[in-house]
Amino acid sequence: MDEAFSFIFLMLASTLRVATPLVLCAMGGLFSEKGGIVDVGLEGKMLMAAFFAAATASVTGSAWAGVAAAIVAAEALALLHGLACITYRGNQVVSGVAINILAAGLTVVLGAAWFARGGQTPPLVGDQRLAPLFLPGAGDNILVYAALLSVPLTWWIIARTRFGLRLRAVGEMPLAVDAAGLSVAWLRYRAVLLCGLLAGLAGAYLSIGQNAGFSRDMTAGQGFIALAAIIFGKWRPLPALGACLIFGLLDAMAIRLQGVRVPGLGEVPVQLIQAMPYLLTMFLLAGFIGRAVAPKAAGVPYEKEH
Amino acid sequence: MRPPRRSLSGALPVWAEIALLPLVNIALAFIVVGLIVAIIGVDPFHALRFLVVGAVGSSESIGYTLYYATNFTFTGLAVAVAFHAGLFNIGGEGQAYIGGLGCGLAVLALDRWLPAWLMIPIAIAAAALFGAAWAAVPAWLQAWRGSHIVITTIMFNFVASALMVYLMVNVLIAPGSMTPQSRTFAPSGRIPAMHDALQAIGITVAPSALNLSIVLALACCVAVWVFLWHTPWGYALRTMGHNPEAAVYAGTSLRRMTMLAMCLSGALAGFVGVNELMGVHHRIVLDFPAGYGFAGIAVALMGRNHPLGIVLAALLFGALQQGGAELAFEIPTITREMVVVIQGLIILFSGALAHLPRPWLQILFARRAS
Repeated sequence: MDEAFSFIFLMLASTLRVATPLVLCAMGGLFSEKGGIVDVGLEGKMLMAAFFAAATASVTGSAWAGVAAAIVAAEALALLHGLACITYRGNQVVSGVAINILAAGLTVVLGAAWFARGGQTPPLVGDQRLAPLFLPGAGDNILVYAALLSVPLTWWIIARTRFGLRLRAVGEMPLAVDAAGLSVAWLRYRAVLLCGLLAGLAGAYLSIGQNAGFSRDMTAGQGFIALAAIIFGKWRPLPALGACLIFGLLDAMAIRLQGVRVPGLGEVPVQLIQAMPYLLTMFLLAGFIGRAVAPKAAGVPYEKEH
Repeated sequence: MRPPRRSLSGALPVWAEIALLPLVNIALAFIVVGLIVAIIGVDPFHALRFLVVGAVGSSESIGYTLYYATNFTFTGLAVAVAFHAGLFNIGGEGQAYIGGLGCGLAVLALDRWLPAWLMIPIAIAAAALFGAAWAAVPAWLQAWRGSHIVITTIMFNFVASALMVYLMVNVLIAPGSMTPQSRTFAPSGRIPAMHDALQAIGITVAPSALNLSIVLALACCVAVWVFLWHTPWGYALRTMGHNPEAAVYAGTSLRRMTMLAMCLSGALAGFVGVNELMGVHHRIVLDFPAGYGFAGIAVALMGRNHPLGIVLAALLFGALQQGGAELAFEIPTITREMVVVIQGLIILFSGALAHLPRPWLQILFARRAS
């Protein structure tokens, strides 16, 4: 019995550890998409934040300075996305792709130039990393709780505040918001900046919380899994959290199931479990598991009429 | 006094629209690259010299530049064909991967029995078929189930990657091999290297990875140009991209056009596998698409979705790829990923921020006119 409990506890803990950056990223993406700005660049923002978190923590010796640097780095890319999509009405997907590629290249270029370790930052120790809060060894640093807290907070802001109402309106029908005398651009910029904040925290978690340093391409598609979680959660915070936890559990299982024969199924390929978040989202998008409808104005630049 | 309102869609002279604005966009990207190079403590002009010499300084480096340009032409055309239909195919990476699987499987199955003149066309067709099939699923999901092609093609990149790792590690790995790669292709399943082909007609050049796949790439450029601008299907495809309602009114089936555009796009991306596996590696290996699929977006944007522009952009990207490798070798503080940064910045400035310099140019032209 005890063994079962400890197994469940371990699985739960590792699920939460894996799901934390997904949850933070997904909540960030939710703000952006609810406001009508599609964000394919979550991955790039998170990667850039992870790099600057580790680089700053390694140079200053403070994990908190790392978190601050992560937020600044992600916000810089968020502003760039806003500039391209809101001010210059560029293609939002193109901008997101550019940010991903830019981040993938720049983190390695800067890392190699500054630390001469082939794109990695020096390994972080002691105060350079975020410490566990209550459960030593479980890796429950402050950002894990921040991620859990971000979900009800996101729900509350989007569903219950005046800003949230306007944000939803600007993502569904910006013309109405404009007609009401509100600035579509300023609302959307705030959405994009909130997204940057949360993606920044997710990146910091990766490099100075979960891991001890930055390594190239360390986000490994998690930004896209977060995007999948948003769709899977049908653009609602709580179901998106659920999707993140399912995807996190799949990942935790993939590690445990390596080489294990499941009765009745035989050996399940690890790659299949790793591809599951994407396959499940495809099934959902195909309309086999309910219907996922994006905010109506998402992806469409708003042009003010004169 | 407030400055006069300038619109982002305001007209410029035609030549400025076609040539000047794109050039200003590229120039902006390279100014930022120069700044980044300066930030990491290297003189940008010094770096530029190494880059240019590394890209075109010898017949070997020209060979590598053209070999990289071959891949960029394939993925650039792939993105452009979908763009013309109003579709954004971000799945080039996965389609190239699965296209490579297709030609690799064909070669592994038949190379012991077929002569090269039969084997190579069959393998090329298999690459096209597999690449098209991998693009057909997201296309079908968009056309019939209404899911967005951007999301589904992204997802399919990851699925392709997982599938390939599984196949290479568990199924296709050569017996006794420690690394996940297939057995070597027999000579009939290899596309001749350019230096060998030229040797046969009496011209000697330094050996490089350049192979006759470049002929396929040029043929694809011509074929895409003929298809898009000189066939009824191409006309319907472009109509759909400009105005879907008009296309429906003209009797075009948007569903069939979506399938057609994406399958062509996927087939073109799949040819990266031909150049990489049959032309260079001579076996199936992991991770050979190496970002060419994504770079195709930059190539298409820079080439303004026209085959001629794409060839020019692919040459520039090929030169950057090859020159960047040499640059990284000469100046250790700069890594090869600098090329990735340049690609990202070009996508940013010629794509997402394409309208950024427009108001400046408008002021310029307004001043000249008055």
